[in-house]
Amino acid sequence: MPSASESRGFEIVDRKDFSDVTYLLEVRHPLMARAAKPGQFVIVMLHEHGERIPLTIADFDREKGTITLVIQAVGKTTREMQQACKVGTHLLALTGPMGEPSHIGKSRKVVCVGGGLGVAPVYPQARAHKQGGAYVIGVVGFRNKDLVFWEDKFRACCDELIICTDDGSAGIKGNVTTGLKQAIEQHADIDEVVAIGPPIMMKACAETTRPHGLKTMVSLNPIMVDGTGMCGGCRVKIGDDVKFACVDGPDFDGHLVDFDDLMVRLKRFSTEERAAFERWSESCRGRTAAALVEAAEPAVAAK
Amino acid sequence: MAKKARKTIKTIPKERAVVREQDPQVRNRNFEEVTFCFDVEQALLETSRCIECPKPGCVKGCPVGVDIRGFIEKVSAGDIRGAYDIITETNLLPAVCGRVCPQEHQCEGSCVIGKSLPPVAIGRLERFVGDTAIANGWSNIPYIEPSGFKVGIVGSGPAGMACAADMAKAGCDVTVYEAFHVPGGVLRYGIPDFRLPNSVIDAEIANLEKLGVKFECNVLVGRLFTIEQMVEEMGFDAVFIGTGAGYPTFPGIPGDNLNGVLSANELLTRCNMMRAKEEGFDTPLPRGARVAVIGAGNTAMDALRVSKRLGAAEVRCIYRRSRAEAPARLEEVHHAEEEGVEFHWLTAPVAVLDDGKGGVRGLRCQRMELGEPDASGRRRPVPVEGSEYDYECDLVVVAIGTNANPIIGQTSKIALDKRGYIATDDDLATSLPGVYAGGDIVTGAATVIKAMGAGRKAARAMKRHLGLRDTDTVYRPDAPVSATLFGLDPDEKNVVRVRAS
Repeated sequence: MPSASESRGFEIVDRKDFSDVTYLLEVRHPLMARAAKPGQFVIVMLHEHGERIPLTIADFDREKGTITLVIQAVGKTTREMQQACKVGTHLLALTGPMGEPSHIGKSRKVVCVGGGLGVAPVYPQARAHKQGGAYVIGVVGFRNKDLVFWEDKFRACCDELIICTDDGSAGIKGNVTTGLKQAIEQHADIDEVVAIGPPIMMKACAETTRPHGLKTMVSLNPIMVDGTGMCGGCRVKIGDDVKFACVDGPDFDGHLVDFDDLMVRLKRFSTEERAAFERWSESCRGRTAAALVEAAEPAVAAK
Repeated sequence: MAKKARKTIKTIPKERAVVREQDPQVRNRNFEEVTFCFDVEQALLETSRCIECPKPGCVKGCPVGVDIRGFIEKVSAGDIRGAYDIITETNLLPAVCGRVCPQEHQCEGSCVIGKSLPPVAIGRLERFVGDTAIANGWSNIPYIEPSGFKVGIVGSGPAGMACAADMAKAGCDVTVYEAFHVPGGVLRYGIPDFRLPNSVIDAEIANLEKLGVKFECNVLVGRLFTIEQMVEEMGFDAVFIGTGAGYPTFPGIPGDNLNGVLSANELLTRCNMMRAKEEGFDTPLPRGARVAVIGAGNTAMDALRVSKRLGAAEVRCIYRRSRAEAPARLEEVHHAEEEGVEFHWLTAPVAVLDDGKGGVRGLRCQRMELGEPDASGRRRPVPVEGSEYDYECDLVVVAIGTNANPIIGQTSKIALDKRGYIATDDDLATSLPGVYAGGDIVTGAATVIKAMGAGRKAARAMKRHLGLRDTDTVYRPDAPVSATLFGLDPDEKNVVRVRAS
């Protein structure tokens, strides 16, 4: 199997590790850096035997000609990328920007909520709303103080920033809905809430804002193959309609999304995912497979 | 040349040359090609069945007008290279078209022999020539004089490839953009290896590269840059859009969002392009023990036969009309039947049944009968009251057609028709100057050869738009010239740029 560094592709120019499961890759792609808009995503393929996985564009630098991906290692591919993707190596395929860009513009006061793997992708939206002249309240959630990242980036584009940690070691104690509730109490004139994170978190945010009649946009993360609208693997229920998240989304009105359906569909390949991960960790000599399995367990635990 | 005795319907062999096929019970467990290629002997036997009509109907039946009589004469004279040269004047992908064209509706359907005997096996002969060319590494690189024009092709499927070839031959600098990480479009992701091996696609794409065509994968046109940007900023003098059909239709019945219900496109993409059927590839593949495929087009046949090969114990085709109305090629239906696929004609799905865990427990079906003809002239299926029954299965594959892919429409000002497909005039010109479109993105889902025909038709219009002389017609000298001049084929017409502006 060719390693990512041997094949031609898209060069990784920077890497940062936020925690033992979260890492950042900055990839050179000048055309995409120019075209990318908040809310869009890419499909990445590490090597010729790899699968295609969707990742939200967490940042882009038009002058440097790079895009930034923040990845959580939850299974075989993202773990393998964590091992293989070093500065100077290449991704075999990087296609995008995909999906309809977020609609930025009319809202004057916006709450941007990011939880778990959604903290990074909500950033470009917060920045765009700020650049559009909106008053931006950031709400970001982490498990504890050590996992907090990009606080400076959020501070730079948010008029207020509410950091939430599960154990209260930084900011307020609680998850992002606690922070969201606080923002809603303090501001009566919020026009829009943007919530990005695991489906359960987005569902909770949508339920928090529903009684207030607050427009709530969420970014859906169903299983994808091509990302161009030709397979329908990413179909989601939005109100009475069935939409393809890759071309009709990924942003949808959170009050219309059938999150339960999304969560069931995300488990479509849970058996295969676990098997692939176990096969791979067994073949990873020099690493303690047990530690890897433990780290990935939350993502594959629910059957 | 010495005159041969004229062949007639009475003197030719009655039956077609027998082509070897893998045994159905063996092949339904592997992905090797079902039908073997003619050997020389079989090819010669088959050419002896062509009566060399003065006005060949077969040529009219071919969407791109391959000189069928001409190439068969060459094969029969033992000149396979000559036959290849004749075919590639009009069709650059003989190994593909010989395999996947619905010949019974095209060339073979118009063969005069077919009125009383099985028609000449034109497709198999074309494949024989195409495969021989690949085996020997033949390619026809004409003398190309650069015209200075830059042409962009969106989509590397059959329409894009055909258009690219013609524009490259006209001296244009051609770049083909493909959103996937490998080129080929439906030939790659859709048509399975047992009908069209990847090695054949690779060989045909390599031939296009020899013509100077550049393939750029991982480029999603519309998003990475727009059609307008291609014309206004990137310096493309003409653009062809051949993005194909996509956006599969789902039946809209209860339960069709359950895990275990997927489009044929998804199954085939995972299986063929992502190679999920092979060991050591990461893409997961949904496997079922009892699989129901809804629909009876070619895509449905591919999904049925792939499911069988992936090890399903029972594979059922559910189609609301009867076998006579099925849009799939007869040969495909026949092959599927031989391989053990069960056909349930006049049966419509009513609901997908939930197993309580988000998966599929079965399919509720209803029997149909044929009523009055509808607008399409086919008899409309009408449900039979009280005929509902449940069928146990664990995977439902949907192959009931596609809608227009929305990306180009979302991102450019190009005019679309009522159904969301790209609107073109008779020359396949779109509402944007210099931008042409063809294939499934204009017509809706059709066939490989029709898409190729559209690509070539658009290329003719694009050449006119650019002021390039049409290079389709090869002017033959009256007397046959066998020698080449300075290594150039004297039949190859040079391209002259005549645009003054």
